Amino acid sequence: MSAGLETQNLCKSFGALPVATDINFRLEAGARHALIGPNGAGKTSFVNLVTGVLKPSAGRILLDGQDITHLSAAARVKRGLVRTFQISALFRRLPLIENVTLAIAERESLGGNLFRRADRYRKITEEAYALLETLGLAPDALRPVNELAYGRQRLADIAVSLGLKPKVLLLDEPAAGVPSGETGAIVDMIERLPADIAFLIIEHDMDLVFRLADRITVLVQGSILVEGAPREIAADPQVRQVYLGERRAQ
Amino acid sequence: MAAPDKPLDAFGRRHRFSAFEALPWLITVGAYFVFPDYLALGAQILATILFALSLDLVLGYAGIVTLGQAAFFGTGAYTAGILAANGWGEPLSGLLAAAVGAAVVGFCSGVVILRTAGLTLLMQTLVVAAMLLELANKASRFTGGGDGLQGMDVWPIFGTFRFDLFGRTAYIYCAVVLFLAWLLVRAIVHSPFGRSLTGIRENMLRMHAVGAPVERRKLTAYTISAALAGISGALIAQTAQFVGLGVLGLERSGTVLIMLIIGGVGQLYGAFIGVTLYMIAQDRFATIDPVYWYFWIGLFMIFVVLFARGGVLGLVARARRHFGKES
Repeated sequence: MSAGLETQNLCKSFGALPVATDINFRLEAGARHALIGPNGAGKTSFVNLVTGVLKPSAGRILLDGQDITHLSAAARVKRGLVRTFQISALFRRLPLIENVTLAIAERESLGGNLFRRADRYRKITEEAYALLETLGLAPDALRPVNELAYGRQRLADIAVSLGLKPKVLLLDEPAAGVPSGETGAIVDMIERLPADIAFLIIEHDMDLVFRLADRITVLVQGSILVEGAPREIAADPQVRQVYLGERRAQ
Repeated sequence: MAAPDKPLDAFGRRHRFSAFEALPWLITVGAYFVFPDYLALGAQILATILFALSLDLVLGYAGIVTLGQAAFFGTGAYTAGILAANGWGEPLSGLLAAAVGAAVVGFCSGVVILRTAGLTLLMQTLVVAAMLLELANKASRFTGGGDGLQGMDVWPIFGTFRFDLFGRTAYIYCAVVLFLAWLLVRAIVHSPFGRSLTGIRENMLRMHAVGAPVERRKLTAYTISAALAGISGALIAQTAQFVGLGVLGLERSGTVLIMLIIGGVGQLYGAFIGVTLYMIAQDRFATIDPVYWYFWIGLFMIFVVLFARGGVLGLVARARRHFGKES
């Protein structure tokens, strides 16, 4: 079976500064995977390379076994490779439900329609509402997202991405900036993601990583240091030295 | 699946016509009978509303900040004007030619300048208008240069309705064209395309991330807006039977922006309110105080910026929230 997402010898450097060196990464279909690493390890660059914001200097990116290295960012989204954002990137003054309908309309390639087709629009609204209901966000459906608490906004961010029916979901620090008391709702939502969505969570909070991931990849200075099950990673002396130890020392 | 509750229905019905939307048109019709002496001014107001509406589409919906909307207004005015001055005075085909000409200018300049954003984009829109202004100035053989385009002969509409001295035909002509353009813009902003423009305005990064071809959407909106601005310019040219270099000037781009801000940006009706208020105020101030009327306009603007953020429509919305939601 082909991997959901795969990179082969992925390299990128900004001038003389390498941010990714020969990254061979596999995210199996339906996997619950985490990417960790100290600050400046190249996690964000990796996400940007995979999503098509950055062009790799060398190497290949495959989605469902198909080469997407040269596809535009938008084309990758259309194929089911979707990301969330570290800092909530929502349509702030629009109602929550419209944040989701905008995503669904793009998924259905309706966004270029200049003249209204109310019937299909209606279906999209209903789908968006149903999605918000399953995520427990329905009571806020009609409120502009900038009026929601930050924790709810983070949930909304994931809801928008789910509206795109992703195969692979990149969760870029989904709990960043959220008070620790409110991270529970985010963990719940991620735990309940449909099994056919493979996700890669990029996260600093180790408790979160160990709760959510079946597999962990550790990135250090732009290359993969080690990969394995959470228990192996926790016990790995190299990891303890560069990452966990560093955190303990703080 | 549970049936969506009532507020959601309201969300799904936003594109339906409400009684409020008939108001500008009732006023348009009423004004024709109540102010028969002001129809020439009325026609100018109607044509300028169309200009402001074209700006609202790019600024208010797509979030493209521009100070060069006059480029398209002027292109339309000169297209219709030069046609009429050279033996083709049929007004409707003149409008069409103006729309096409302005759309071409909008598309071609948009391809280049819409890659940028913010201040850079603002400067580039200025530059496009300035270049066209200089072109019109230099090509005086066609445009009349600084003296303006003379000798336009606009034929009667449908070969029947002559442009009369009182501006009756001009008023009705402008009203009908504005109405049709308004229907078009209204359909666009409520279409999935229009909603995606709002998404681009609110968060371009996220719009990219949901897979929208953002650049193409912006270019489409910019081109449509240019065509509408071109029609507006052609209306002014045809009804005034004269085109001067001012149609391409920075002052025209700036003034229409001010009018739209007074009325309210991104709400479709801000154009109607802002233009009407501004142009009537301008007319009155100019009569009462011909020397310092601009001062009074300035004072008015300061008031709007200080107390009426979001323009008149913003005020109305706040008032409704204040008084309406308590019940």
